Amino acid sequence: MRELCIEANTRLPQEHLSALRRALADEESELGREVIERLLENAEVARERCIAFCQDTGYAVFFVELGSEVRITGGELRAAIDEGVRRGYEEGYLRKSIVRSPIDRTNTGDNTPAVVYYEPAPGDGLKLTMLVKGAGCDNMSALKMLTPAEGLPAMKRFVVETIERAGPNASPPLTVGVGIGGPFEKAAILAKRALTRPSGEPNPDPELAVLEHELLDEINATGIGPAGYGGTQTALAVHIESFPTHIAAFPVAVNLDCHSHRTASAEL
Amino acid sequence: MSPEPVRLEAPLSMEDIEPLRAGDVVRLSGVLYTARDAAHARMKETIERGEPLPFDLEGQVVYFTGPAPARPGHALGPAGPTTASRMDPHSPMLVERGLRGMIGKGLRSEAVIESMREHGCVYFGAVEGTAALLADCVKEAEIVDYEDLGAEAIRRLVVEDFPVVVVNDLYGGDLYREGRERWRR
Repeated sequence: MRELCIEANTRLPQEHLSALRRALADEESELGREVIERLLENAEVARERCIAFCQDTGYAVFFVELGSEVRITGGELRAAIDEGVRRGYEEGYLRKSIVRSPIDRTNTGDNTPAVVYYEPAPGDGLKLTMLVKGAGCDNMSALKMLTPAEGLPAMKRFVVETIERAGPNASPPLTVGVGIGGPFEKAAILAKRALTRPSGEPNPDPELAVLEHELLDEINATGIGPAGYGGTQTALAVHIESFPTHIAAFPVAVNLDCHSHRTASAEL
Repeated sequence: MSPEPVRLEAPLSMEDIEPLRAGDVVRLSGVLYTARDAAHARMKETIERGEPLPFDLEGQVVYFTGPAPARPGHALGPAGPTTASRMDPHSPMLVERGLRGMIGKGLRSEAVIESMREHGCVYFGAVEGTAALLADCVKEAEIVDYEDLGAEAIRRLVVEDFPVVVVNDLYGGDLYREGRERWRR
């Protein structure tokens, strides 16, 4: 857990670096290209020196795929995750950004508690996927309960509008996580989970993969560009996750991730 | 970031910022003060009590950042800009008192932009995901006040060739708006 925290904060995933390099080749604005070049240079420096490439080392979010045959002994998994976060953030020179409550804003001092989502899985494996979630882009995320009559066009409009509204604040080029379906909270968790997919890997459902591609084109037509200075590369990838929903519902959640897109995973 | 940056030494004079236009690439050297959410809230209380601020604002540049801890041998840990709009409720109060520049990322409110034009202040953008490179431009860093706020304490930085871009100039220019309009398809 300690290693995951440090790795996620100091090494950008290869797929994300490749996506940034593609964006550098495709970007038409000169200032936009300069921004992407600096992002790549920064990633290199952070990796070499093992320092955070963004000062906002975020919420420590974990998705835990817990095999049904796994028994945790010698303590609670939840406590072990927090202990790993505590050590990783202290020993990795990472910023502690978590406050005790939205009202009492005292810093917890060690970036705990981690945000943990359990996903039951078959077998005897335990897989941890960490997402380091910066607040600047999380703050620009949104959820809407659409009606079935409004349907797909409204869903696409909402995704693009959310990005238009975020503009430069979410630090583009973005990775866009979209969750559709389920009740209210399910859509939000799906949107976050979608961000952990390797950058640009399409949804296995061909219909959703086409939708991801269409949305990416529409988002890049907004002109927001790298750092919001204007350009053709506003997002690097759109990842959609879907879940069955109610006959009366069409929930859609959009979770934005900034150009410092940080995930890492480990299997035990 | 583009070929010919304007070089400026902070603190800044009106003569320094008058020629700047939205989209200009600038390399800042000299002194910056860091302050973000909690420090701004505390400066507001200080002003309301009629007490002096931790530093004289005249001509100064405030950098909205909360750095990560520094590894030994470095003046400052990674320190990219945070979202400036959260400081919008407090910025005019500082601009009216002589603040000449702000560095952050993201949109500013109409009220802030109006107060910058009226009193003479420029908003610069920096790129958050270049935090490690930006920290390399910081040659000295010391806490000036509000040490209990940790990463949010007010620090005095001495920087060299700190790369920024003019977002809001004194004449209504706005790089975010103009950039988007130019590249929208």
